[in-house]
Amino acid sequence: MELIGGLAVQGAQMALVLLLAPGLTGLVRTFKARLLRRRGPPVLQPYRDFARLLRKEVVLAENASWLFRVAPYLIFAATWVAAALVPTFASGLLFSWTADLIVIVALLASARFFLALAGMDVGTSFGGIGTSREMMISSLAEPAMLLIIFTIALVAGSTRLATITAYLASDEVGLRVSLGLALIALVIVAIAENARVPVDNPATHLELTMVHEAMVLEYSGRHLAMIELAASLKLLLFVALIVSVFLPFGLADAGAGPLAWLQGLALFVVKLVAAAALLALFETSIAKMRVFRVPQFLGAALMLGLLGTLLLFVSRSL
Amino acid sequence: MTTGLALIATALLLATAALAVLRAGQPRIHDIVYGASLALMVAILALALVALLSGGESALSLPLGLPWIGARFRIDALSAFFLAILGTGGAFASLYGLGYGRHEAAPERVLPFYPLFLAGMTLVLLADDAFTFLLSWEVMSLASWALVLTQHRVADNRLAGYVYLAMASAGTVALLLAFGLLAGATGTYGFAEIREATPEPFTAALVLLLALAGAGSKAGLVPLHVWLPLAHPAAPSHVSALMSGVMTKVAIYGFLRLVLDLLGQPPWWAALVVLFMGGATAVIGILMALMQRDLKRLLAYSTIENVGVVFVGIGLALAFQASGMAAAAALALTAALFHALNHMLFKSLLFMGAGAVLGATGTADMERLGGLIHRLPVTSVVVLVGAVAISALPPFNGFASEWLLFQAILQSPELGDWGLKVMVPAVGAMLALAAALAAACFVKAYGVTFLGRPRSPAAADAAEVDRWSLAAMAGLAGLCLLAGILPGLVIDALAPVTTALLGQTMPAQRSLAWLTIVPIAESRSSYNGLLVFLFILASGWLTAWAIHRFASRGLRRGPAWGCGFDQPVAAGQYSGASLAQPIQRVLGPLLLRSAETVDMPAPGDLRPARHTLHQEDIFWDRLYAPLAGLVETLAGRLNVLQFLTIRRYLSLVFAALVLLLLALALWN
Repeated sequence: MELIGGLAVQGAQMALVLLLAPGLTGLVRTFKARLLRRRGPPVLQPYRDFARLLRKEVVLAENASWLFRVAPYLIFAATWVAAALVPTFASGLLFSWTADLIVIVALLASARFFLALAGMDVGTSFGGIGTSREMMISSLAEPAMLLIIFTIALVAGSTRLATITAYLASDEVGLRVSLGLALIALVIVAIAENARVPVDNPATHLELTMVHEAMVLEYSGRHLAMIELAASLKLLLFVALIVSVFLPFGLADAGAGPLAWLQGLALFVVKLVAAAALLALFETSIAKMRVFRVPQFLGAALMLGLLGTLLLFVSRSL
Repeated sequence: MTTGLALIATALLLATAALAVLRAGQPRIHDIVYGASLALMVAILALALVALLSGGESALSLPLGLPWIGARFRIDALSAFFLAILGTGGAFASLYGLGYGRHEAAPERVLPFYPLFLAGMTLVLLADDAFTFLLSWEVMSLASWALVLTQHRVADNRLAGYVYLAMASAGTVALLLAFGLLAGATGTYGFAEIREATPEPFTAALVLLLALAGAGSKAGLVPLHVWLPLAHPAAPSHVSALMSGVMTKVAIYGFLRLVLDLLGQPPWWAALVVLFMGGATAVIGILMALMQRDLKRLLAYSTIENVGVVFVGIGLALAFQASGMAAAAALALTAALFHALNHMLFKSLLFMGAGAVLGATGTADMERLGGLIHRLPVTSVVVLVGAVAISALPPFNGFASEWLLFQAILQSPELGDWGLKVMVPAVGAMLALAAALAAACFVKAYGVTFLGRPRSPAAADAAEVDRWSLAAMAGLAGLCLLAGILPGLVIDALAPVTTALLGQTMPAQRSLAWLTIVPIAESRSSYNGLLVFLFILASGWLTAWAIHRFASRGLRRGPAWGCGFDQPVAAGQYSGASLAQPIQRVLGPLLLRSAETVDMPAPGDLRPARHTLHQEDIFWDRLYAPLAGLVETLAGRLNVLQFLTIRRYLSLVFAALVLLLLALALWN
């Protein structure tokens, strides 16, 4: 009985992230449009786009291989599994022990690996340029992310998200310099990982500026739908990660019962809306960087993560 | 018992080598050599597994070698584990050789040395006294040197052979001195006696540095790595797989045997040195790999990276051991040994894949390849598995061992020493950077070679390789996945090794639900590769099924979008060099001293524009070239000594004798 209940909550989490992800993307777009004094598309537009893409046929480049056709499903599956393991409304779900924070980040790296390969499959310059830049960005963002994980794990004494959120929600923590550094670094990494301004522009299709869009340029129809959904899921994952680690209040326990879950869910949605507003504000108030300025931006995250880890090696109370 | 059987297998390998010499040129000889090697390697693997899992030690002494100690052999947990690595790697390389070796232009240059090389490595792992160890080490070095020179008419290969010979000799000299110091003035060369004795701190420090130089140069530690990217790619591909996959592991075994077993308590700063060298090796190795255009050379540089990762694990184990944290030391050493096993699996697979590409197209130059996924359907799948595994991505095996290593790093704030407190986070960052760059490197290697459009007619007309080669690669790919989703079994098999070296093991993993691995405690960290794999498979399959069932199934082929440019040329694709360029610009000036120059003609000038990328292996130019120059100068100066009168020679000998006696008198 307990197992079935646990399975149901875990299943609900999987469905929830899938349902909320396009909404979050739509919300950011709407906020951005309003900040630019445009009306913008409705918040539900990503759902409509998704349904429309699913109905369309796939136009495949002539020399695309099986890898190109399998990759969207693999990318989506890896991202979905990762997103389902991050606490949203409740922590410590049934399968939360299968993967710790390092595994979740590595799952995203697997998804990126296949996206980068898919970008090279057709053999156009656009795919290559996207892959090349994406790997440059990720080779700096990933170490930064690992150092952030080190910082958080050293504070909480664990790399498991359930333990981390429980510890950080308790009164023992207080204000920590290292956690502050980790938060700034994590925001920078999240911006880079999700291809947002100033690292990349999700709305551009200009040759010289696109990174993520260049890799997926040859995709259409249901394949494109899967990739867009995976990108939305990844944004949701990073927001959920930031709020569950740094704002863990209101997060229900897995065994707390439906009322606490609903409360956790309501708070999670509020946090998502606030994060979308902040992201939109940040994106509209900053210009996109040249590609070769990005390493400095990410280098800052790397240094902050290293500093946070070093501080904790010096003293566990910093 | 097991030792005796392993020695019989080794003797049979030597007999195979002799047979290859005697029956050279006969039509079926290569089937016999590779078939016998395959069978004997499987036997050695079975013996090693029996020895490892039953936990028993067995020793044997033969009346050979030095008269007062004989030739001693022993299998304990450490050598059993490395024998298992050798058996697996050797068996798959031999299986691959059954098919690949058929195309060998000069079989008489490969067939005798191949079993000899395997026998040399086996004997290194079996040796239980310094004399046998060094002798076997030399057999291993020289046999592999002969294999490097298989295609001796290529000038680059001759250079590779020369550099390899010089470096291997220097490494053996370092090991010889290390054993000499350990044996002391009385000359007790048996490992058992050495283990009993406790060396002076100064001697221990010297032995550690000599072991690092001797075993480290064989393993490819920066800055002793320069021979490796020359020699490993020069050999035939299944030998490259053995050299990269297995011989570097034998070198790691040598280091572990000397430092953790024979030396007893290494000096406290040993961990600092090993950690720093490991971290630097990992980053520099993978960065150099990323810049290569030859597929096999890229793989050789990536071997250097992985050796660095293993040495980081060993360094952590040394640090924990010095601080008395035995459980953490066991975790770090398990991670290092697990990574050594994993590297054997995926690097052998990738070198065989490179061999398949080489056999199918005649070139390993990535800028002349492309689109092979259409021409080599099976090879492209198994190499993809290898590329994912080596990039440390879940659910494959490379990730499992790196994950354990990161867990070990998270144990290290409790270390007392301040140097280590600063060093370990920095090494953690280097390791993370190396892992991320490895993914970039293998996106490049796989993407340029197998994806896109063919860049040369040879790549366009390639045909799938033979079944033996495919079977070997598929077997290794299967093991990569298996070790990734069932890491607990490997960790448990490693328990006797860590018990023998550190007196502590990781908690037993086999009894945990769902084959999860839990390095310290469940509240701290856990990983379940099997479930992650099943989840990805299930959700991917479910999504694909749902979409094909309920949404569109339509598919139409059309030309790729080229901005209106409708006749794309293959050369217009992204090349390997352009793919690596952003990373080279970010990290290259610092670590590779790379520089780009653009020569743009003035308007109206018809000469072509030229973009030149200059980069160097800084250790070659800054360390080895001056060293070689110095040796040459000194040799020139000392040349006069060859033309002296007998009187002068006699007085020289007398002076040397007096000096030595004086030194001895002062020493005592």
